[in-house]
Amino acid sequence: MAVPAAGLVVATGALPLDHARAEAERLGPVVGFLAAVLVLAHFCDVEGLFQACGAWMARRAAGRPVRLLTAVFALASAITAVLSLDATIVLLTPVVFATAARTGVRPKPHVYACTHLSNTASLLLPVSNLTNLLAFAASGLSFTRFAALMALPWVVAIGAEYLVFRRFFARDLAAAAPADRDTGGAPELPLFALVTVGCTLAGFVVASVFGVEPAWVAAAGALVLAGRALARRRASPLTVVRAAAPAFLAFVLALGVVVRAVVDNGLADLLGHVVPDGTGLSALLGTAALAAVLANVINNLPAVLVLLPLAAPAGPGAVLAVLLGVNIGPNLTYAGSLATLLWRRIVHQHEHGVDLGEFTRLGLIAVPSSLAVAVVALWGSLQVF
Amino acid sequence: MRVLAWLVEGTWPACVDAVRAHAPDDSEVVLLHVSGPEVPGVAHGAFAGLLGRGHPRGHRPAGDWGSDPGDRLEALGGASAAALLDAAAERLGRPCTRQERSGRVEREVVAAAEGAGLLVLARDGDRSRLGPKSLGPAVRFAVDHAPCPVLLVWPEPAPDLTTIPPPPPHHHP
Repeated sequence: MAVPAAGLVVATGALPLDHARAEAERLGPVVGFLAAVLVLAHFCDVEGLFQACGAWMARRAAGRPVRLLTAVFALASAITAVLSLDATIVLLTPVVFATAARTGVRPKPHVYACTHLSNTASLLLPVSNLTNLLAFAASGLSFTRFAALMALPWVVAIGAEYLVFRRFFARDLAAAAPADRDTGGAPELPLFALVTVGCTLAGFVVASVFGVEPAWVAAAGALVLAGRALARRRASPLTVVRAAAPAFLAFVLALGVVVRAVVDNGLADLLGHVVPDGTGLSALLGTAALAAVLANVINNLPAVLVLLPLAAPAGPGAVLAVLLGVNIGPNLTYAGSLATLLWRRIVHQHEHGVDLGEFTRLGLIAVPSSLAVAVVALWGSLQVF
Repeated sequence: MRVLAWLVEGTWPACVDAVRAHAPDDSEVVLLHVSGPEVPGVAHGAFAGLLGRGHPRGHRPAGDWGSDPGDRLEALGGASAAALLDAAAERLGRPCTRQERSGRVEREVVAAAEGAGLLVLARDGDRSRLGPKSLGPAVRFAVDHAPCPVLLVWPEPAPDLTTIPPPPPHHHP
C-alpha cells in the first residue's frame, strides 16, 4: 500500500522527484543495515538459538512462574537488544508460550512480557529497532556513544516494567505448576551462532573506533551465518532473500517518501510549535511524551520519521528522547497504534477477543512509569558522557 | 449424575483430587479445559504493530518474518490443553470424558455446567489469606452464575484462620 502511495506523491508533484531521491538515498543504508540484522536473526533461529532459549528457560524456571518471568525478562531483553524487536515477537514469543505451556505455568504474564519488552528493551543498540536505525543515522552519534547513552535508560526502563509485571500479574504468578512436570533436557548451545553474534557485536565497537559504517559489520555477520546454512544445504538462495524481508524493505523506503511529502507540505510547521527546544530535563520529558503520544496515534515508524528532522537540530539528546517515546510508547495500545487498530477493525481481519481493558490498564501503568525513569536516566547519562 | 471439573494450569491437581474424594463412584466425570483467546490475541496484536511486516493473505511457515506468531500460539495452545487433560485423566485413574472449549473462559465454564450435578473448581486469586480476594474474576463469575451445585477447593492447603482480619469495632447507635 505504501509503495503505490509513494509513487502517487511523486507523480502528483506533492514531493519533487529529487527530494524523493534524496530521501531514498538517505534511507538506503538504513534499509541495508535492517536487512542484515533480519538475516542474522533468521539464521540464528535456523541454528537453533531460540530452541535453546526455550530449553534454558524451562530448566531455569522448573515450573516456578516468577523464575520463568525473570528468565523471560533476561532473554527477551537481550534478544531484542541484539537481534531486534522482530526477533522477539516473531521468533521468541512462540518459544516462550510453548515453554510455559510445557512446564504447566500460565502463559499470560510471559507472553505479555515478550510484547512489552520487544518495545521497552529495544532502546539499547542502533540495531534493536528500526526506529533506532533511523535515529542513529540522523543523530551523528557513533555506535558506542549511542549504546553508552542508552544503557542506563534501557536498564531502568526494563526494571520498571519488571516491577509493574510482578504486581499486575501477581495472581497468575502465584499459581505454581505441579512439581512433576517435564522441564526437558539440557539446552544444546548453538555455539556457532552465539560466536558469530558475539563477534558482530565486538565488530560494531571496533568499526565505530575506526569510523567504519556498522552496517558492513552486520552484513558480514549475516553473510557468515547465511553462508554456513547454504553450505550445509539448510537454506537456498531464495530463503536468504526472504529472510531479508524484501517487501518490508521496500515498504520502509516508500513510507519514508510518503512521510517526507506530508512533513514538507505543512506538518513540519504544525509540529515545530509543539516540539520543545533544548535538552534540559523538562524539554526531554516533553519531547519523549510527545513522541509517545504520536506513536500511539499513528505508528512508531511514521512517528519517528516525522519527529526526527524536528528534533535533530537540538542535538543527540533530543533525538534519543524521541526514541524513548516512540519505542516505549506503543505498549499503551494493542497493535501498536490506534491507526493499526482502527484499520484492522474496519477490515475485520481478526476477531481476537483480546481483553482490551486489561491490556490498556497494564499499558497505562507500565508506559508512564518506564518512560519517566528512562528519560531521567537519559538526562543523567547526557551529563556524564 | 455428571461431575464437571474445570481444570486450569497450575491449580488443576487439587480439582482432580477433589473429584476423587467427593464424586460418587457411579457418576460420570467430565474434565474441562477452556482456552481463552487473549494470549494468542496479544501476539496477534504485537505482530500487527510491526507496521509493514504482515502479509494479510495466506499463512507463511513458522519463523518467516511474514508469519503471525499468534497463529503459532493458537496451535501450541491446543496441544498443551490436550497434554494437561491427559495428565489429569491419568491422575484421576477412573473413566472420564475430556472436553476442550475455547472462548470467554468464565462463560464457557458456566455453559458447560448446564445440567451437571456438581461443578468442581479451584480458587484462582490471592491465596495467602482467607477471604473474598482468594477468588479471581473468572472463578468469581463461575461461582456466582453456576446453574448447579459448586465445590470450591483450595489449590494448596488453606491458610489458617488467623489470616481473617479482626471484626470491625461494634458501633452503638
